[in-house]
Amino acid sequence: MNRLGDLERAVMDVLWQRNEPLTVREVGRALADRDLAHTTVMTVLDRLAKKGVVARAREGRAWRYRPAASRENYVSELMFDALGQTGDRDAALAAFVRSMSGNEAEALRRALAEIDEPRT
Amino acid sequence: MVSAALLTTIAVGCCIAAARLRRAEWPVRGPYVAVIAWQALGLAWGISTIGALLAFGLAPYGQGVFGGLIALAGDALSHDLYLSELAGTPFGASQVAAVVLAFGLTLVLFCGLVASFVQVVRVRRRHHDLLELVSRADPEVPGARILDHPAAAAYCLPGVLRSQVVISAGALEVLDSSELAAVIAHEHAHLRQRHDLVLLPFSSLKRAFPRVRVVETYYSAVALLIEMCADDQARRERSAKELAMALLRFGTKGSAAVPAGALAVTAGDQPDVVTRVSRLLNPAEALSRPAAAGVLLAALTLMSTTLALWHLPM
Repeated sequence: MNRLGDLERAVMDVLWQRNEPLTVREVGRALADRDLAHTTVMTVLDRLAKKGVVARAREGRAWRYRPAASRENYVSELMFDALGQTGDRDAALAAFVRSMSGNEAEALRRALAEIDEPRT
Repeated sequence: MVSAALLTTIAVGCCIAAARLRRAEWPVRGPYVAVIAWQALGLAWGISTIGALLAFGLAPYGQGVFGGLIALAGDALSHDLYLSELAGTPFGASQVAAVVLAFGLTLVLFCGLVASFVQVVRVRRRHHDLLELVSRADPEVPGARILDHPAAAAYCLPGVLRSQVVISAGALEVLDSSELAAVIAHEHAHLRQRHDLVLLPFSSLKRAFPRVRVVETYYSAVALLIEMCADDQARRERSAKELAMALLRFGTKGSAAVPAGALAVTAGDQPDVVTRVSRLLNPAEALSRPAAAGVLLAALTLMSTTLALWHLPM
């Protein structure tokens, strides 16, 4: 992953940790150890807003930013894609194994037990 | 009319051949050759069906499909459509209908492909954006991003510049390191050989004809073959047993956390995972070279014959 991706991740982590909408300055302050320019933080937040993962609202003269959804929400969305639960998305990703029914899983569990036995 | 009859024969022949290929046992032994056979059948079916309709509809020109199309375009540009005059007679009306149907089918197939492609690109971009934000790298698992979720999942996100292999924390939990390496080798094979592009036309066909069981069945047959191709690639680097064990562990772990019912398995059919596992544990002899060459030659003949018939001026 590139440097920009790294920055975006750091900014999102700040927004997820704090439960209130933050201004660009506040985000920059939270990332003080990275020594980022004000415009850099603004660019990153702007990119995140364009991607739709950050929502912003004007308060006085400054924009305040907050995550559009929780981290867990996004992880679930990715897993949902990956496990082929969303009908016509199957060509977008290639999952190692698709989800399966209870009977199939049971058959596999038995097969696994048979293979595992000689080991022990 | 001769070319219309011959093209119809090819179109029907493709359907019969597809049904037989679906039941054949050799594709398991040569998945790459079988995928090519599927592609040739699909393409030849489309070209021959559209060609048969056009050959019938444009027969009055007496110049074959290609010549007829050029003549039709010329007529449309210069003066009133030749076909509109023909439509007065009952025979002419059916020919106009055939040409319209041919254009309609072309449009549906083409739009389906474009729509699928656009949809896939959009889903992948969103997926990649989110992945960049919530996944992490793990020095223990080189070449893959980790997603912190208890369900077991391993997948790849294809792309020209931004391809990625992703493993969930739940998957790391059930796999030992050699099994994990086998899974990653399998996913890298998908990315390297761009298997997603092979599958795309078939998924767009599924999209263009929703709820048609046959199309659905063929799509899953090709999807399974592509998984086998990646299995074979991974087996060059890792042992077959490691890969089979990984498949089994995924199967048994995944079901606990994921709602069932998404996978379209027709009753009586063996589930895909079981087919793959038994193929890895009891490998059948690979398809012989002459047999593979025979299939490829047949595919080539089919394609060239179909295209040649478009030029037949009869």
